[in-house]
Amino acid sequence: MSASARPSVGRAPSLGEDVAQRQEGRSVSASARPSVGRAPSLGEDVAQRQEGRSVSASARPSGFAKLAPSLDTPATAGSGRRAALRRALPAAAVFLALCLVPAVAYWIGQPFWLGLVARIMILGLAAAGLNLVLGYGGMVSLGHAMYLGIGAYSVGILSAHGVEAGAAHLAVALAIGGAVAVAVGFVCLKTSGMAFIMITLAFAQMFYFLAVSLKQYGGDDGLTIAMHSRIPGLDLENPYQFYLLVLGVLAVVCGLSHRLVHSRFGMVLRGSRQNPRRMLALGFPTFRYRLAAYVLSAQIVVVAGFLLANLARFASPSYMSWTLSGDLVLMCVLGGMGTLLGPIVGAAAFVLLEEFLSGMPLDLPPAVADLVRTHWLGFFGAFVVAVVLFARRGLYGALTAGGKADD
Amino acid sequence: MTDILYASGLVKRYGALVVTDGLDLTLRSGELHAVIGPNGAGKTTLIHQLAGEIAPDAGAIVLKGRDITRAPVHRRALAGLGRSYQITSVFREFSVLENVMLAVQARQGHSFRFWRPAGRDAGLAKPAREALERVRLGHAAQRRTGTLAHGEMRQLEIAMALAMRPEVLLLDEPMAGMSRQESAGLVELLAELKGLYSIVLVEHDMDAVFALADRITVLSYGRAIACGTPAAIRCDEAVRTAYLGEGND
Amino acid sequence: MNAQLIATQVLNGLQLGILLFLMSAGLTLVFGIMNFVNLAHGSLYMIGAYLAAAMFNGFDSFALALALAVPATILVGLAVDRIVLAGLYTRDHLDQVLATFGLILIFNELVRFAWGSAPVYINVPPALAGTVELFGFPYPAYRFAIIAVGLAAGLLLYLVINRTRAGMLIRAGAADAEMVGALGVNIRLLNALIFGLGAGLAGLAGVMAGPILSVQPGMGEPVLVLTLVVIVTGGIGSIRGAFYGALIVGLIDTLGRAFLPAVLDALANKALAQAAGPAIASMLIYLLMALVLALRPHGLFPVRVA
Repeated sequence: MSASARPSVGRAPSLGEDVAQRQEGRSVSASARPSVGRAPSLGEDVAQRQEGRSVSASARPSGFAKLAPSLDTPATAGSGRRAALRRALPAAAVFLALCLVPAVAYWIGQPFWLGLVARIMILGLAAAGLNLVLGYGGMVSLGHAMYLGIGAYSVGILSAHGVEAGAAHLAVALAIGGAVAVAVGFVCLKTSGMAFIMITLAFAQMFYFLAVSLKQYGGDDGLTIAMHSRIPGLDLENPYQFYLLVLGVLAVVCGLSHRLVHSRFGMVLRGSRQNPRRMLALGFPTFRYRLAAYVLSAQIVVVAGFLLANLARFASPSYMSWTLSGDLVLMCVLGGMGTLLGPIVGAAAFVLLEEFLSGMPLDLPPAVADLVRTHWLGFFGAFVVAVVLFARRGLYGALTAGGKADD
Repeated sequence: MTDILYASGLVKRYGALVVTDGLDLTLRSGELHAVIGPNGAGKTTLIHQLAGEIAPDAGAIVLKGRDITRAPVHRRALAGLGRSYQITSVFREFSVLENVMLAVQARQGHSFRFWRPAGRDAGLAKPAREALERVRLGHAAQRRTGTLAHGEMRQLEIAMALAMRPEVLLLDEPMAGMSRQESAGLVELLAELKGLYSIVLVEHDMDAVFALADRITVLSYGRAIACGTPAAIRCDEAVRTAYLGEGND
Repeated sequence: MNAQLIATQVLNGLQLGILLFLMSAGLTLVFGIMNFVNLAHGSLYMIGAYLAAAMFNGFDSFALALALAVPATILVGLAVDRIVLAGLYTRDHLDQVLATFGLILIFNELVRFAWGSAPVYINVPPALAGTVELFGFPYPAYRFAIIAVGLAAGLLLYLVINRTRAGMLIRAGAADAEMVGALGVNIRLLNALIFGLGAGLAGLAGVMAGPILSVQPGMGEPVLVLTLVVIVTGGIGSIRGAFYGALIVGLIDTLGRAFLPAVLDALANKALAQAAGPAIASMLIYLLMALVLALRPHGLFPVRVA
C-alpha cells in the first residue's frame, strides 16, 4: 500500500487531500494545495482540479439534485435528547420493575418470587449474551448453553474440592470458557448458515457427554453444590442479597452491551449480519470480529452459569443440552432480537409460561387442566410454532419498534 | 502511463462450460476502461475474478505491481480496489451516513474499539459526509437506507466505494435499472471521477459507454475480441459480428 | 481382546452406521436441496418406531409392521410438511430451527399421550432371533439383517438417484436448487418427493431400530445429533458423503466406546483409562467432526461447485 494511503499520524487526510496526493503527476496549481491548517473539502478540491473544464462542478445542476426528493424522513422518529430519552423509557421501566420485586416479595411474604425472578434474570442474562451474536451478529448458535454448564461446573467442581472463593470460581470459569470459546468459535465460524447451526449444536452435545461421563462429579445425576461461592461483603445465602447481585450484574452487562453495540466494533458486527459479502468488499477481515463477538457472548453466558450454580446449588449436564440452547434462542426471539432488553423480556415470558402451563391452577375443567399440566411441553411446542409462524418480531421488539431494527 | 491493473490469461471453467477463456485486460492509470459484450460474454465473472470473489483456474491479476490473483477479497479492498455491485449491496438497516462511515472505518482500522459510540466519531463522519456530497446524496444522510429509491442506492454504492479511497474502481453495471434522468446524472458523476480514479466500467448502456470511455474492451464468449478507443470499436468488424451475428449487416 | 470381539464390534459399528446412513441420506437432501433445517427428522424416526411397535403388537407380524409403518411415516411426514412447514421454506434458518424445535416437543408429547412415558418393547421377529455365521463366528441375525436391508436401501437409493429422471432432478437440485426452479420444474412436487423420501428412510430406520433400542419419547434426539454430525462431516447435500460419513461415525463411535478404555489402559495406566476413557470415547465423533471441518470446512464430499 502506498504511503499516501495511510492516514498520517494524528490526523487522517480528507478525501480531497488524498485525491490531491494521488494526482501528483497532474499539473495542479499552487493555489490548489491545501493551506496550512485547513483541509479542502472534496468539492473544492475537485473544482480546483477542473480548472481546465468549462463549468465548475458546483455551478452545474446535477441530474441527481433534480431528482432529490424534498422529504427527508429521519431514520428514527426524531434524533437528539428527547428521542433518546423516549427510547430509554421501556428499558427504565423494566429495571424499575426488577428493583421493586424484592420489596414486593418481602411485603407479601412470598420469597418464592425472589427465586423465580432471579432465575428469570439469570436466564435473561444468558439470553442477552447469546443475543450479541444471534440478534446483532446474525449467528444462530445452538450451542451456547454449554457455557452455562462451564460456569456452573466450575463452581461445582471447585466447591467439591473445597475451594469456595467466588473469585476463584469466576476466574476459572472465565478462563475455561474463554479457551473453549476461542477453539469452538474458530472451527464453527469457518462455516456459515445451516452448517454453523448444526456444528454449534454438535459441540454442545459433546460437552454434554463430557459432563455426563464425569462420574466423580455426579455424572448424569448432576452435582450438588454444598456451599455458595464466597464473595467478600456479600452473603449469597441471603436470597435478597443474591437477587441484588444478579440484578447488578444484569444491569452492568446491559449497559456495557449498549456501548458495545454502538461502538466501532458493534457496527462491524451488525454490518456483518446485514451483508457479510459487502463487509469483505469494504476491506473488513470479518472473521476476527465475529470470533471476538462469539467469545464475548460466551463469557457473558459463563457468568450466568456461575450465578445459576449459586441459585440452584446444583450443576447438571442438562445445563449444556442443546435443548436448553434452543430455549435461549427462543427467549431472544420471543422478546425481540433487535433490542438489548428483548432477551430479558423473552426469558420472563418463557419462564412464566413454563410455570403457568406446568404448575399453576388453571380455570378449566379438571380433565383438560390435567392434560395440559402433564403434557405442557407439547402445548409449549405448539406455542413456539405459533410464535414463529405469526409473531416474529417478538414482544419487546414490537413495543419499541420505531423504524430502526437495531437498537 | 503505467498499467495500474492488469489481468492476463484468465481462465474460469464451470465443469464443461468455459466462462472465461484466456482473457487479457489492462487498465491504464487514470483511464476509464469500459468492458462491453453480449449477454453471457462473461463480464460479471470477470469482475468477480478481479474483485476476488471467484478464483480463476488459470491466469494472473496484478494490481500496482503486486500479484493479487490469490488474495482474499478484503485484502484487495485494502490494497486499493473498490467496487460497486450490479445488484445493489448496501446495509439496508443502517442510515445512509452509517453505510459510508463503515466504508471509512474499514480503511482506518481501529475496529476493536468497544466503548465510544461510532455515530459520534467525527473522524468517521466527516470523510463520510464528503463522499456523500460527492455523489450528491448529502441531503439523505440520516435516512434509513431501505427507504431510498433505486437510483439513490446506486449513488450510495458509489459513495461507499469512494470512501474506501480506492485507486481502482470496479463498477459492475452501475446504471442497471435506472431511469433516463438517473442515468444522465450518473454519467455526469462518472465524468467527474474520470482521471481521479482508474475505473473498469462494465455496462450495457452504450450511450454512457461511448460518452465516458477512454478505451473499450469487447468480450465475447469469455475472451477479449477487441480493445481500443470508442471510435475504433465502433468500426470493428469482429465487434459487429459478436453483437449482430454472422451474415447480418 | 480377541478377533471375535473386534469383529463383532466392527459389525456393530457398521450396523449403527447403516442406520445413521438411512437417517442422513434423507436429511442431507432436505438440507442441501430444500435449504431447510429440519430438526424434527428425529421425530419421524421415533414415529416409525412407535407405529411399528403398535402394528407389531397388534398384528404380531414384523413383516406387516414394516410394510405398513414406513408408508404411514411417509404420510405423517407429508402431512406435517403441508400443514406446518410449507410456509417456512422461504423463511430464514432461525425460523426453521425454532419451528421444528417446537415440533419435536409436540411429537414427544403426542407419543407420550398415546403410549405413555415408559419404554415400549418390540421383540426381535422369531425368524431373525438366531445368529448367523460370519467369518467363522456367530453374529446376531437381526443386526445382520439391518446391515443387509440398509445396504439394499442404499443400493435402491443409488439406482433411483442415478438412473431415474426423478433422481436426475434431485441431483440437479442438489447442485443448484434455484436453477432447477428457473427451468420450470414443479418445485413443490420435487420438495414433496424429497421430504417424503427422507421421511420414509427415517421411518425405516426407526422400524428396524425398534427391537434393539428401546422405543420411548425423545428417542429421536440422540439419533438426530448423530445424524447432524454425519451430514456436516460428509458434506451437506451429498448422499455419498452421508454414506461414508455414516459408516465412519458409526465405526468410530462403536469401536471407540468398546476399545478406547482398554487402549488407554495399555498405553497409560488404569486410573487414566477409567477417568478419561469413557469421556473421550463419547466425544470422539465430535472431535472427528471438528478435525474434518478444520481441514475441509465444507465436509468430505462437498456438493456445491463454486
